[in-house]
Amino acid sequence: MLGIKQLVKTYENGHQAVKGVSLEIKKGEFLVLVGPSGCGKSSILRSIAGLESISGGEIHLGGRRVDTEKPALRDIAMVFQNYALYPHMSVYDNLAYGLKNRGVSKPEIQSKIEKVAKTLKIEEYLDRKPAKLSGGQRQRVAMGRAIVRDPQLFLFDEPLSNLDAALRAHMRLEIKKLQRELGVTSVYVTHDQVEAMTLADRIVVLNKGEIEQVGTPAEVYHQPASTFVASFIGSPAMNFIPAVIDEGYLTVGEQQLYLSDYAHLNNETVTLGIRPEHAEILSLSNKTESLSHSPLNLNLQISVVEPLGPNQLVHGKVESTSFIAVTPEMELDQSADLSLVINKENLHIFGKDSKRIPPIKEAVANPISAQEIGDVSTETLSSAIA
Amino acid sequence: MKSNKITDHLILMVGALFMLIPIWLIFASSTHNPNTIVSEGLQWLPGDNMVAIYDEAWNKSLGFSDAVTAKSMIINSMIMGLGFAFGKIVISMMAAFALVYFRLPYATAWFWLIFVTLLLPLEVRIIPSYEVVAGLGLLNSYTGLILPLIASATATFFFRQFFKTIPDELLEAAQLDNAGPFRFLIDILLPLSKTMIAAIFIIMFVVGWNQYLWPIMMTTDESYNTIVMGIKQVLNNINETSLPRYDYAFAMVILAMLPPILVVVLFQRWFVKGLVESEK
Repeated sequence: MLGIKQLVKTYENGHQAVKGVSLEIKKGEFLVLVGPSGCGKSSILRSIAGLESISGGEIHLGGRRVDTEKPALRDIAMVFQNYALYPHMSVYDNLAYGLKNRGVSKPEIQSKIEKVAKTLKIEEYLDRKPAKLSGGQRQRVAMGRAIVRDPQLFLFDEPLSNLDAALRAHMRLEIKKLQRELGVTSVYVTHDQVEAMTLADRIVVLNKGEIEQVGTPAEVYHQPASTFVASFIGSPAMNFIPAVIDEGYLTVGEQQLYLSDYAHLNNETVTLGIRPEHAEILSLSNKTESLSHSPLNLNLQISVVEPLGPNQLVHGKVESTSFIAVTPEMELDQSADLSLVINKENLHIFGKDSKRIPPIKEAVANPISAQEIGDVSTETLSSAIA
Repeated sequence: MKSNKITDHLILMVGALFMLIPIWLIFASSTHNPNTIVSEGLQWLPGDNMVAIYDEAWNKSLGFSDAVTAKSMIINSMIMGLGFAFGKIVISMMAAFALVYFRLPYATAWFWLIFVTLLLPLEVRIIPSYEVVAGLGLLNSYTGLILPLIASATATFFFRQFFKTIPDELLEAAQLDNAGPFRFLIDILLPLSKTMIAAIFIIMFVVGWNQYLWPIMMTTDESYNTIVMGIKQVLNNINETSLPRYDYAFAMVILAMLPPILVVVLFQRWFVKGLVESEK
């Protein structure tokens, strides 16, 4: 459907925002580009839209090359961060403008707008000016302007960042429902990992103009390809502890643990990644079961406890690196160390290049995906080290 | 704080009176018999001659050939003021559009080059300007009156600054909506600039109306006289008569002031309305 090949975008000031990104997007797929500011996600989106010229590579849409075409001819609609509604036009005229400029007849425009207004429940506001609408309503109108043209591809440029938290969650759901309903291929840019996880069919995590990982939300969460992805996806961020693996024996501080999946590693310095939500308090976990699996035990020196309501964040130190654990709401003795257990399956091992080292069984069971991860690693190696 | 308010108002009132009293004196005096003005000086209270004198000032010629009346001169001034204002708005808006929205090499340098022309007002370049217009055979024509003064650095500057405040996303949305540069200018920029246009219209109309030096150089044919020139002429003419018709001259001054005042009042309302309504 949409194919991006080795896209490069260098700005006039010499800054290379996108460094050879390749992506394939299937029809009807909802792809989310996520990354911190300056990672090139917006540049990619704007290049697809044609709002920025590209410095290298190709963009194909529905079987034809579009990167040399004018934005209006690409059959793409975009929802902007600040909505970009025409302030002097009524909602109806805002929706009609693109169609009018494409020579669609008036009765047809009207029937299309009525249909879209019904879908989006904005029928009552069609006569109003954007200034008289609330944030959520403007958001709907901005979506309507994209939908009414019935394009091949939808682009979203952080469309929810101007809304307050409650409305954002609501609109997020609406966007998802609408996208499923219309089945239109979409590319969505955000810096919010929650939005990325909830909306996406596939997530593309970007860092410094390069792809760190492409995968389903579950893959990105459970098998992060690098420490960058691991710390970016999930909140609070993953904890990292230095460790050593020698023929499957993982040494963390004083403790040693045998991991059969990593028996192929010889005396390697690694980074051990543990998600805060996977650190359980020893006294609460089922001791016999845990012991039979021989989990990793860590002693957390508590410094601060942040209550969140249903649970709490316990900040502290493990092996003199900072560590966060999510625990159920409970009183904790802050003077004593907190004993945590982490199941073996929930340990993430990253090599010195900060790339994920896949366990053997994963590599055997799913050789293709492991190969893909490997490919990405070599591509992004240089930047990750830099 | 309160005493401050009182002084503020006092200063305002003194200022307003300072400006309004001369106008009132002229208006009040214009309605008196010329004898009264000559013997007793300016009058504070209106006399009984109001309708007659304004009718005379509007319709009758004094000191000119018959065809030239206040009416014909005001029409000339109107043409000049409107041509001035519209021409300047159109030209400076297009210039600003090009400067802001097109990838013009050295756009900033071009802009400053335009801006620098402010250092060369008409008075400095009046001889070469006259030469050019005379060479083009435009003496004694409306085109000659308006065209040489129609480019405005000030208006270009205002439009440029305004266009820069319009979010880029609007341009991008318009691009995706298949609006070319011209469509974008007409459909998006023009309606958004309404307030700006009203403001520039007020300023430029008044400037055009008040042009004195250029029309005096340009026109030898009395039928092209503007009202501002006309007042001076009338004063010259009547001063030489035995009973100077100051009432007539004063009435003409009041008539000459009316159109700019109307423009300011009308457009200011529109201007304020635009300011209130067009929040982004």
